[in-house]
Amino acid sequence: MTELELIKNGKRTDGRAFDELRPMEAKVGVLKNADGSAMFRIGNTVAVAGVFGPRKVFPKHQEVSDRAILRVRYNMAPFATSERSRPGISRRSTEISMVIREAIVPSLFLEEFPKTAVDVYIEVLQADASTRCAGLNAASLALADAGIPMRDLVASCSAGKIAGTVVLDIAGKEDTEGELDLPVAFYKKQNMITLLQMDGITNKEEIKEIVKLAIKGCDTVYQEQRSALKRKYMAESAIEV
Amino acid sequence: MNDRKLVLPGDFLGEGRSGNNAFMDGNKVYSRSVGLVEEKGGVFFVIPLSGIYSPKRGDGVVGKVQEIIFSKFIIDINSPYEAVLSLSEATDEYIDLTKTDLTQYLNYDDLIFAEIISVSKTKNVQLSMKDRKCRKLRGGRVVNVTPAKVPRIIGKGGSMVEMIKETTNTQIVVGQNGIVWVKGDNEDIAIEAIIEVEKKSHVHGLTDKIKDMVEKRMTAEKRVRTDAEGRPHTSDRKVDAEDNHSPMHEDFNGDDD
Repeated sequence: MTELELIKNGKRTDGRAFDELRPMEAKVGVLKNADGSAMFRIGNTVAVAGVFGPRKVFPKHQEVSDRAILRVRYNMAPFATSERSRPGISRRSTEISMVIREAIVPSLFLEEFPKTAVDVYIEVLQADASTRCAGLNAASLALADAGIPMRDLVASCSAGKIAGTVVLDIAGKEDTEGELDLPVAFYKKQNMITLLQMDGITNKEEIKEIVKLAIKGCDTVYQEQRSALKRKYMAESAIEV
Repeated sequence: MNDRKLVLPGDFLGEGRSGNNAFMDGNKVYSRSVGLVEEKGGVFFVIPLSGIYSPKRGDGVVGKVQEIIFSKFIIDINSPYEAVLSLSEATDEYIDLTKTDLTQYLNYDDLIFAEIISVSKTKNVQLSMKDRKCRKLRGGRVVNVTPAKVPRIIGKGGSMVEMIKETTNTQIVVGQNGIVWVKGDNEDIAIEAIIEVEKKSHVHGLTDKIKDMVEKRMTAEKRVRTDAEGRPHTSDRKVDAEDNHSPMHEDFNGDDD
């Protein structure tokens, strides 16, 4: 593809500026039977996460005597993409489950619930790039909703390069036709990156710029997550004990 | 009543020491869950608004007998950790284990109200029934509520639960683990009230509102009953006809099973 198609008059195909995220929406407590749940939408990407536990570990050999284990399953619905995808686990979903798990683990006080398991199920209902970021954002919110003690919420978003320009939150055509995609998960309070993947080729200077931009995007996501949690729990803060 | 501040995970609470549901970084204290912040003498702690029940020493819990092993009972206390009630903590009697069948004291699926006497670091939970308030709960019905809402169901100094008990003429036992046991003539109304409290736990002056609700239901109930017993009833026929359609009607006059 040529430059003209991805960037026109300083704007991207969907009319966004280079450092602009797609419209976001976060909602906490969307699943009735889960201990905690959340939905996170960014543009056309929709992910729902449900948290169960801490609960007893089955199979029992996975149990750890001094802390809880965190199990994450990322799954994409067959109807999430324009071309139907084969249902069930794949190489891709196994990898994403693992990176999301490792991005979340440092935020949790798992030693608080020894000999238990915390299960996180992430379902991507609509996919339009950055599904792992949307899934991660929903999962972190759902964990907070389930009352699992944590240091901070984890926010995540992607940045990349299209038509030679560094941009935030790759979506749609930019994902398939762009040059580079780099998802990042960031803890604001700890100033720590726990997810960093890259698909594309770049140099040392440019990667610094891209990561910086992604962190800026994470901050916006973080604010959205906080206001979603506040929306659900504000009414209950008037509780008298 | 003062509204306390809502905090989210990672929120800065102040400088001092950390209590429940807070953590320290240097001398700064941060919240580690969604909840309401409180400070007492430089110690910051957070009352969580969600989460499962985590056993604590001194809590009174409602549990169910899950297993009977030689000289102890394993009790399910609505938590990832099961609790152990040893025979010596269950009764003061001398029991010859070679001759006695333990099910005569507590059988599988029996409900008990017991006190947690110890929780070890690996979360081995020990129960005791030696306290006067502890007992076996016979009959009745059980409601599950979110453990975080238990303080609201009990109310200030037990005001809420006492009010429901009195107005509905039922016995109610509230476990810190979110299991509420109800027994009496008007179990349905009491359970309805408890569910209402859980749902509207954030409403101001809830005790009075629930009292109104329960009293209304009780008078409606009385009227239905007198009708069923065939006593002449002169006043306000129209209201009676409406009441007869209420779902409560069928549930009453029957025995609890």
